[in-house]
Amino acid sequence: MVHGEFWTLKEFFVYPNEYIYWSIQIVMYPFMTGLVAGAFVLSSLYHVFGVKQLKDIARFSLVFSFALLPVAMMPLLMHLMQPLRGIEVMLTPHFTSAIAAFGIVFTTYGMIVAGEIWFVYRKFFVESALALRAQSNRSAFDTLRLRLYTVLTLGAWDISEHALETDEKAVKVLASIGIPVACFLHGYAGFIFGSVKANALWMTPLMPVIFICSAVVSGIALCILTYVGSMELRKFLYARKRSQNPALPSNEELKSVETSVVIMTSKYLVMFLILAISLELLDLIFRTYTAVKSWDILRAVIYEIDFVKIFVVQYGLGNLVPFILLLLPGLTVRRAVLATVFVLIGVFMMRWNVVIGGQAFSGSFSGFMHYSLPIIPHNLETFREGLLGALLVIITPYILFVGLANILPVFGEGKED
Amino acid sequence: MKRRDFCKKSLLLAGGLVLPLSALELFNPARLLAERSVPGDSRWIFLVDTHKCTGCGFCVKACKLENEVPYDANVTRTWVERYVVTKDGNTHIDSPKGARDGFLTAQIDNNHAGMKTIPEDEISKAFFVPKLCNQCDNPPCVQVCPVGATYQTADGVSLVDRKWCIGCGYCIMGCPYGVRFFHPVHHVAEKCNFCYHRITQGLKSACVDACPFGARMIGNLRDPNDPVTQVIMTQRVNVLKEEYGTKPQVFYLGLTREVK
Repeated sequence: MVHGEFWTLKEFFVYPNEYIYWSIQIVMYPFMTGLVAGAFVLSSLYHVFGVKQLKDIARFSLVFSFALLPVAMMPLLMHLMQPLRGIEVMLTPHFTSAIAAFGIVFTTYGMIVAGEIWFVYRKFFVESALALRAQSNRSAFDTLRLRLYTVLTLGAWDISEHALETDEKAVKVLASIGIPVACFLHGYAGFIFGSVKANALWMTPLMPVIFICSAVVSGIALCILTYVGSMELRKFLYARKRSQNPALPSNEELKSVETSVVIMTSKYLVMFLILAISLELLDLIFRTYTAVKSWDILRAVIYEIDFVKIFVVQYGLGNLVPFILLLLPGLTVRRAVLATVFVLIGVFMMRWNVVIGGQAFSGSFSGFMHYSLPIIPHNLETFREGLLGALLVIITPYILFVGLANILPVFGEGKED
Repeated sequence: MKRRDFCKKSLLLAGGLVLPLSALELFNPARLLAERSVPGDSRWIFLVDTHKCTGCGFCVKACKLENEVPYDANVTRTWVERYVVTKDGNTHIDSPKGARDGFLTAQIDNNHAGMKTIPEDEISKAFFVPKLCNQCDNPPCVQVCPVGATYQTADGVSLVDRKWCIGCGYCIMGCPYGVRFFHPVHHVAEKCNFCYHRITQGLKSACVDACPFGARMIGNLRDPNDPVTQVIMTQRVNVLKEEYGTKPQVFYLGLTREVK
């Protein structure tokens, strides 16, 4: 069977070679990069613009953004027909291609985030290493930790007031550079689609901007969701450990921190949500109004075939419902969580409707292609580009995050930095 | 080793590593090849006379065999489309299996929507249009390849390096004509290359040789005496989807507005 034939269903006239070549993993790619960029922008709101209320979630989202980073390129690798040659994009980039810049943008961004994390946690690395070194009888695990933290200090042991001030400055500088780079990382994912002149649905200069806005929306939403999730987990764990260690924060303390952080962050979510919806509607209205050659087939896709996916799930459930939920007075954590889940569904559906919707019609404008996601894999192809492959991409950042959270103190609980 | 020595030695090492890379530039094989062959002595073009095409599909069959595209795979480097325009102004198009076996029935194959019977007295016109790679002067597929695995030769043909293609599919997405696909065996991008291995040896492409009606012709635009060049210079020819700015180099006689 030809690649793509398994999940493509053709209707009316479609060119013989046309299939849905970009499937679920290419939906995952902008979704995951969006989360990376969004999480970083959220952390920068504190580091650059000094939004004090976001201090707690800032550290968390910075580390989470780092955990998401390797996952942004995972879907790309899983979708390649020759995954072992994927490195060639970095080694022999062909710069007229939008994809070729990926290696450079991605590594630049990765270094900025890693650098920022290092400056934020340098004091912690030094203190941990010194404390472990002072211990007289270390267990094998502690010796390992000592080695790790010693390496992580990179030989910079100075934690005087002056040195820490310099660290803070560095964080601010890196975060400021990071915002445009994060936007570029994702805006450029939008450019990959927006610049395909052969695709009537994708080709619009608005695409990068739409992608950035929805990226920030989804990033913030996931940060809220994961933050609340991990806070709940900690409440549960602390409740068990509190009998041995009464110094642990009480459930009420945790709860009040959680509520204020969630409410504050939700405000930014609503802001970016408005921006994202406006741009998407502008694009839709503009297409309807100008009605160029491709409009006949696009109208059939947007208003008929994909109506439920676009208007019910994406705009209705994913934009309108969370909008109302977040704006109704007396926001609670529970309601915010519900809203963020809807927001994430909405952004995911937006990616789906762009990537799959863009291939739902033939380049001949005379036929349609329907995509059916492979659920139970029967070979490598249907695993990589099926439900399981997508789930693997979703799970990985959490595994990485748990690993990172064991090395770095991710949660501040409003204590001193 | 002292820190100063270490810095010195690592700079030396880095310098040493850079040097061979720049030396390689001297032996750029592509440039050597370009300098050896006389520049600009040929530009391959194609002419399709749709009036002559009967939809027999010999071209598709010949192409599949010549270029080792698996015979039963539902992809093909070239194909023939059938257009049936009815009196109510609707256009019905199909190309079952790329017309590899020709058109075996008068019914229109609408894929999943089933077979459609069109009563003969409702037909206002019907014709066949062969399709192949347009070997664009401004090829979007070459532009979007992230690793440069697809490239344009000096004589105008876009080729794919099977050893270099990473299989991202961006070129397939970038082609407005839908001529690209993934090769079912090699798992890399695949396309019509005007039978480059044949035309550079003085032969005609397999589809041209296979066409019993002379509907397909290949020629050299730089040769003013070439019969194809003369047709293009003197007659009213058209190209597909000019609006994409790709500057296609497959010319059609008898192209009408219904052709997609």
